[in-house]
Amino acid sequence: MEQQFDSATLGMWVFLLTEIMFFGGMFCAYMIYRSMYSEAFASTSQYMNPKFGAMNTAVLIVSSLTMALGVRAARMGQQKALQMFLIFTMIFGLAFLVIKGFEYHEHWVDMKVPLFGGHWDYSEAPQFARQAQIMFCFYFFMTGFHALHMVVGVGLMTTILIMARRGVFSKAYFTPVEISGLYWHFVDIVWIFLFPLLYLIGRTKQLI
Amino acid sequence: MSTALQDPRVVESPNYLNQEYGWRSWLFTKDHKRIAVLYIISITVMFFIGGLFAGLIRLELLTPQGDLVNSDTYNKFFTMHGIVMVFFFLIPSIPATLGNFFVPMMIGAKDLAFPRINLLSWYIYIAGAIFALAAIVLGGVDTGWTFYTPFSSTYSNTFVITAAVGVFIAGFSSILTGLNFIVTVHKMRAPGMTWGRLPLFVWANYATSLIQVLGTPVVAITLALVGLERAFHIGIFDPAIGGDPILFQHMFWFYSHPAVYIMILPGMGVISELVTCFSRKAVFGYPFIAASSLGIAIIGFLVWGHHMFVTGMSMYASLYFSLLTMLVAVPSAIKVFNWTATMFRGSISFDTPMLYAFGFIGLFTIGGLTGLFLATLGVDVHVTDTYFVVAHFHYVMVGGMVLAYLGGMHFWWPKITGRMYPEGWGRFAALLVFAGFNLTFFPQFITGYLGQPRRYHAYAPEFQVLNVMSSAGASVLGLGYVIPLIYFLWSLKYGPIAGNNPWRAKGLEWETTSPPPTFNFEKTPVVTEEAYAYAGQSTHEKVELT
Amino acid sequence: MSFPLFPEAASSMARTVDYLYLYLTAVTVVMTGLIFAAVFFFAIKYRRRSEHEVPKPIHGSLMLEITWSIIPFIVMLTFFWWGAQIFFENASPPANAIEVYAVGKQWMWKVQYPEGPREINELHVPIGRPVKITLASEDVIHSFFIPAFRIKHDVVPGRYDTMWFTATKPGRYHLFCAEYCGTEHSGMVGWVTVMNEGDYENWLNAGGIEGTMAQQGEKLFEQLGCSTCHLLDQQGGRCPNLRGVYGSHIQLSDGKSVVVDDAYIRESILNPNAKIVAGYKPDVMPTFQGQITEEQLLRLIVYIKSLGAPGAPVASQSGPAARPSSAVANASSRTANTGGKL
Repeated sequence: MEQQFDSATLGMWVFLLTEIMFFGGMFCAYMIYRSMYSEAFASTSQYMNPKFGAMNTAVLIVSSLTMALGVRAARMGQQKALQMFLIFTMIFGLAFLVIKGFEYHEHWVDMKVPLFGGHWDYSEAPQFARQAQIMFCFYFFMTGFHALHMVVGVGLMTTILIMARRGVFSKAYFTPVEISGLYWHFVDIVWIFLFPLLYLIGRTKQLI
Repeated sequence: MSTALQDPRVVESPNYLNQEYGWRSWLFTKDHKRIAVLYIISITVMFFIGGLFAGLIRLELLTPQGDLVNSDTYNKFFTMHGIVMVFFFLIPSIPATLGNFFVPMMIGAKDLAFPRINLLSWYIYIAGAIFALAAIVLGGVDTGWTFYTPFSSTYSNTFVITAAVGVFIAGFSSILTGLNFIVTVHKMRAPGMTWGRLPLFVWANYATSLIQVLGTPVVAITLALVGLERAFHIGIFDPAIGGDPILFQHMFWFYSHPAVYIMILPGMGVISELVTCFSRKAVFGYPFIAASSLGIAIIGFLVWGHHMFVTGMSMYASLYFSLLTMLVAVPSAIKVFNWTATMFRGSISFDTPMLYAFGFIGLFTIGGLTGLFLATLGVDVHVTDTYFVVAHFHYVMVGGMVLAYLGGMHFWWPKITGRMYPEGWGRFAALLVFAGFNLTFFPQFITGYLGQPRRYHAYAPEFQVLNVMSSAGASVLGLGYVIPLIYFLWSLKYGPIAGNNPWRAKGLEWETTSPPPTFNFEKTPVVTEEAYAYAGQSTHEKVELT
Repeated sequence: MSFPLFPEAASSMARTVDYLYLYLTAVTVVMTGLIFAAVFFFAIKYRRRSEHEVPKPIHGSLMLEITWSIIPFIVMLTFFWWGAQIFFENASPPANAIEVYAVGKQWMWKVQYPEGPREINELHVPIGRPVKITLASEDVIHSFFIPAFRIKHDVVPGRYDTMWFTATKPGRYHLFCAEYCGTEHSGMVGWVTVMNEGDYENWLNAGGIEGTMAQQGEKLFEQLGCSTCHLLDQQGGRCPNLRGVYGSHIQLSDGKSVVVDDAYIRESILNPNAKIVAGYKPDVMPTFQGQITEEQLLRLIVYIKSLGAPGAPVASQSGPAARPSSAVANASSRTANTGGKL
């Protein structure tokens, strides 16, 4: 049992290492373009709504807290508390996705979706129009992949909740809770990097 | 050689093959040995598909005019050859088959740490392979296996997305295998199996796993970006809106150069096993070979730019990549020297696996040294993107990896199946492969320096003689591949019973029955000696380590 | 049947590369020979004579490990050093080089000379004079490869690359595209003709019926309407006067400064709003993206270059006398601070 717990946790850490490289590749490409076209990229931050971003950051930080409390409850064998915290975590996760959805809708209304070769208008700052497209592509890729991870996370929470209701976990066995918690925190941390990179850098420059 | 009973009426002991029957028992198995067998079958199929394309390429290149197929078809041939061979044969070849089978056994474990994930990785591989094969059947891909932008993202009219999705998916199979190995080696070693006693094959697979886990996600995201760029017509790598096509190359090679070491490191691990067993002698410089595997894995991540010396990269970047590439050659050299030194005062036999090991040492040396031509800036400018490069990496990939794979298959075949292959045919095929290989690829060094660019459907007439030699060699090589396929299948039914340890080899995998029981060992083994203690108990002559 | 084993050497660089190649080959042969010999010798000498032999283990030797790590590395450093020197030389074209412009396009090479001639899949160069080629791509990545000269450079869309060589032997040599570029990649080949100086001058003069490249550029400059705005002299006009800007430093509206070079002019034509000169407004000039080929861009650049340094007479009608490279050298040294007033 001990060895299994160890293995699963180590396995999750190795998996997160993979995830870091996965996001790292994107972050790296993003930062290279950011330094190549710093002004064009900075100009796009005018169209990012930091209210949504900040709200989502708060939501995720709270969800991390409830997740941590859930793992603690599992460790102490408090099954009811575990289920409650899992439900909270899921609610916050879903709230994040809903807010993200509103935000995407806002970009759509703003004509800031350069996908499918259309829905793109940057006449406010035409000098940056071309390179701002790259920024928005990255924005949608990075937040999209992150949202995908959130969806997987909510799915994981659902599985864990069902397992918890069936009484699978005990003080002695709660490995799945522990490693799902690791995953959840990782996805949160990715957002903690995404938020300043996509929303905040360049906001102070009044280019437009 | 084999001291085993040759009476086919011997009742087989219960083993992983006769435990259960029927297709369900295979497709839903969690036994690492059965999964390894599934992988062996799958990659063999992929190998012959890739080989078929290679044969067609060589057939076309018999004449300089490009008159067998049209240039679109030819471009698809070499692309499919590359994609199938690299992503669906070479990368999974040793880790997913021999590694899957023997890493747990060598460390005295019942299975890998995550048997279900292991099965999942096979299904993911099959899903990826289906996409890749779908791309072939639907009409092919013509971007080259490197998917260079903006050709792949904007200009090609072929099934790039399908193929990229296939590679993307197969990448996750590779990641899961690597993850499984890392956790297994950390957590599942039998009592007494310290890190310093791990067989070098395990070390090599461990180092490979690190690359798989750290490198594969980067190429996955890169190909995802190319696929999305094609699907949504956006311009991450498209110069028309300010994207940088060279950035794609950086991201691609950041994985694909370490991927080269995914392909060769496990082969080196196999050779360490073969050389010791057939010299019946402890390996020379164990800590250096083990450390060099890790060294290659780490430095391998820092040298990707040597694929890009003529792209107009900055001078300092070029110098840096050139110098570090020289550095990464050192651990490879260390391995070759240590294998050779292991043979010194050994008791050397000439069984088929050892013939492959001889071949590997020689051909890998040539492959490695010609790699230095490409790392040397001034020479690389001339030879990059010519047949010199093609020859170089085939010396490493075929002369190295494929020979190691075949050597390993012959070595462990009696353990996997419980039967011996026919030794005479084995030696004959090994010589055929060696001769055919050299005839195929040595002339390509010359055509390369003469200036024949790679991926040419039609070529200048003065290169024809060398190309004909190459094509002739390819047919010999092809024969050399088919013969083992036939006698391996034959031996399943008619091969002599092998016995538990036909080579009198050291290593935990030889201490159990052949084929091994489902949980590998009757009871968990306890390790009390160093690896390769061929002289009975280890004499503990300390290696002078400082 | 005879066939070549070594490529022809027809440039000043070729022999040097060959010597380094031969050195590498020699090291490879010696090393491979040693390994093969050791493997063979051990295999025969220590072949198994009885099934029950148990050789004495030898676990290793630190001295040996260090030796066979350090010595190969030192040898490799010599490769590195020599290779880097050749690479440096490849990357630094001499100032007096003849300029030629080549555009890669699926699947042909289009070559133009400042003196006027244009050709496809052919390149004519004189013997004994350095030639600098500016490379551009219309579509995908190509690679300009002349095996007899031992040089190659990728041609990346969206930017200019340069390479140079000095031909040393008259003859006709292969020109290949070395980076896979699609269907007719293997058809993207041509010939480089190396001629004696006199023949070359004759050949140059026989071409160029449309005038020099600068003249062709000037025509284009008028056709596209650039001249209505970009040649006026008054202060505070709608767009900068292009006379004499080539090679100078100019101040941009965001406070940075750039050198007016080929890449900057290219960008300003395709994406005029990207880097606005200080004192001018964006959105005045339309983009020419998609309306102008890479060849035409190069002609415009050569024309703008020919407008010379500030104060210098317009040299658009001149031949080789007004070699742009010397103009660049002058301009950049003298006009570092004139940009803001343009």
